[in-house]
Amino acid sequence: MNNLNYAIQVDDLTVAYNYKPVLWDIDLHVPEGVLMAIVGPNGAGKSTLIKAILGILKPIAGSVTIYGEPYEKQRKKVAYVPQKGSVDWDFPTTALDVVMMGTYGQLGWIKRPGGKEKKASLEALEKVGMLAFKNRQISQLSGGQQQRVFLARALVQNAAIYFMDEPFQGVDATTEIAIINILKELRKAGKTVVVVHHDLQTVPEYFDWVTFLNVKKIATGPVKEIFNDDNLTKTYGINYKVAVNK
Amino acid sequence: MTITEYFNLIWTDYTLRTITLGTAVLGAICGMLGSFAVLRKQSLLGDAISHAALPGIAIAFLITGAKDTNTLLLGALVSGLLGTFWIRGIINKTHLKTDTALGLILSLFFGFGMLLLTFIQKQPNANQAGLDKYLFGQAATLVESDVRLMVIVTGIALFVLLLFWKEFKILLFDADYTKTLGFNTKFIDVLITFFIVLAIVLGLQTVGVVLMSAMLLAPAAAARQWTNKLSTMIFLAAIFGAFSGVFGTAISASQNNLSTGPVIVLVAAVFVAVSFVFSPGRGLLFRQIRFQQNRRDLELQKTLQFMYGIAKTHEDISHPHAIRILNNFHGFTKKTLQKLEEKQWIILSGSQWSLTEEGFQKAKNLYNQSSSND
Repeated sequence: MNNLNYAIQVDDLTVAYNYKPVLWDIDLHVPEGVLMAIVGPNGAGKSTLIKAILGILKPIAGSVTIYGEPYEKQRKKVAYVPQKGSVDWDFPTTALDVVMMGTYGQLGWIKRPGGKEKKASLEALEKVGMLAFKNRQISQLSGGQQQRVFLARALVQNAAIYFMDEPFQGVDATTEIAIINILKELRKAGKTVVVVHHDLQTVPEYFDWVTFLNVKKIATGPVKEIFNDDNLTKTYGINYKVAVNK
Repeated sequence: MTITEYFNLIWTDYTLRTITLGTAVLGAICGMLGSFAVLRKQSLLGDAISHAALPGIAIAFLITGAKDTNTLLLGALVSGLLGTFWIRGIINKTHLKTDTALGLILSLFFGFGMLLLTFIQKQPNANQAGLDKYLFGQAATLVESDVRLMVIVTGIALFVLLLFWKEFKILLFDADYTKTLGFNTKFIDVLITFFIVLAIVLGLQTVGVVLMSAMLLAPAAAARQWTNKLSTMIFLAAIFGAFSGVFGTAISASQNNLSTGPVIVLVAAVFVAVSFVFSPGRGLLFRQIRFQQNRRDLELQKTLQFMYGIAKTHEDISHPHAIRILNNFHGFTKKTLQKLEEKQWIILSGSQWSLTEEGFQKAKNLYNQSSSND
């Protein structure tokens, strides 16, 4: 069933690295224009879910569609912010250069980025407040600045759906606020944003949609309706006391 | 023959010129492609591939019975590629880690190659002499056709590198992300690996299987110290590689034809050592100097701040105070006081000091400055 109202539709998705499944039979329908958190304990398969949707990992079973079509056909509508720790920041390159990589997908094979791509990259750097650091070697940036560079790289892809793997990991409060403001701006512009998130306290404040994941999908829906002790307990296995009614 | 004589002979002696050109081109392609290996953290892959090439050389000789370089190198290429695929297979299909897979294939192939080599040497065939040059390399055996092959392969590698520059760069930095953008990462990956194997095989005759990996890694490791730009790094690595090749060969030729491989590698190691110590950005020497400098600056600032604390209790900030009241603060020495006076932040007279207006302002803004610079 193709339902074009869903930005992301995941059906029966099962992923395993070795023998034990990391994700089991996931059904997930994400409507367009939500800012969604994926929460769950360590090893729940949060990053794996994103990677399987993006085609980085090959699932054992199941299907993924983006606006009703397979990911391969829709990849220009999708941007990805990997975990900051997944790359070597001592790589010999500058902040601007990393952001320019976000334009490579639109360019396709062989074609080099030109003035237009550079301009877009500089704008993205400005949006994340990193324009002053454009020529800085990336290892000379702080953790928060590196995260912003990654965010700028995704922004320059000018996508409809953004996947972010723990963008708040190890960043200071200033960067966290800067990032969440950009995410809210994206939502305002009608984009769909999916974020792997760890800090349960901030879920109601930052997000309007949430998915509870622990190998199986526990629940998914509006934060106001499903972000409650019951689902938290089911996901984390202990009675999680969170000030939901803040 | 001395080194100077050697280099004078290059202009007149055809053989020497061929050898020099060959080792320069070889060093350049190894430096270039070695940069990729280093940045992909596949430094040891080169070592495994070069060792894996040895049985190919022996088998090619056993089949053809001839010592034609191209045939032997073709054998090396096949067995080098086979080793590479086995390594990948082991990493992907089993729980073994990369280093285990590399070590396993390296020793297995090299052991088998050595076995074949000793077997060949026991044969009653006069032709077999000289196969052992592939262990440590002998640049003196390079002939024009070898060098032509090197130039052609280097030309193709350079063309491919320029053509797929963007794809290579992004794959090196962030492979998963590259995949999400729609690039066939497997293709780029195989392309890079193939050229690395090709460069290794080309170098076997000159440098030998045992030390070939150093030829890939040393120029790249040295080049990384001098720049934060990928293109500059690859360019520098090619230059360092070429110089190592030329000088290494010159030294070995002028010293009773020592094995070329070890000498080239030692020359490359000099580049590495110099780069590690003297490069301005990442070198140990300048890092230490900068560290000391920062420490001294901080000591100075700390002393000034302490003086500021005393001076501001007085209505007149330039009121003189005795030096001995600084004794409670352990950070100062006579030298720091002199330095502070040189900067005109304080005035010393006899056993007394007083802050200048400039010094007072400087001390007042110290903390604010250091926090806004963060």
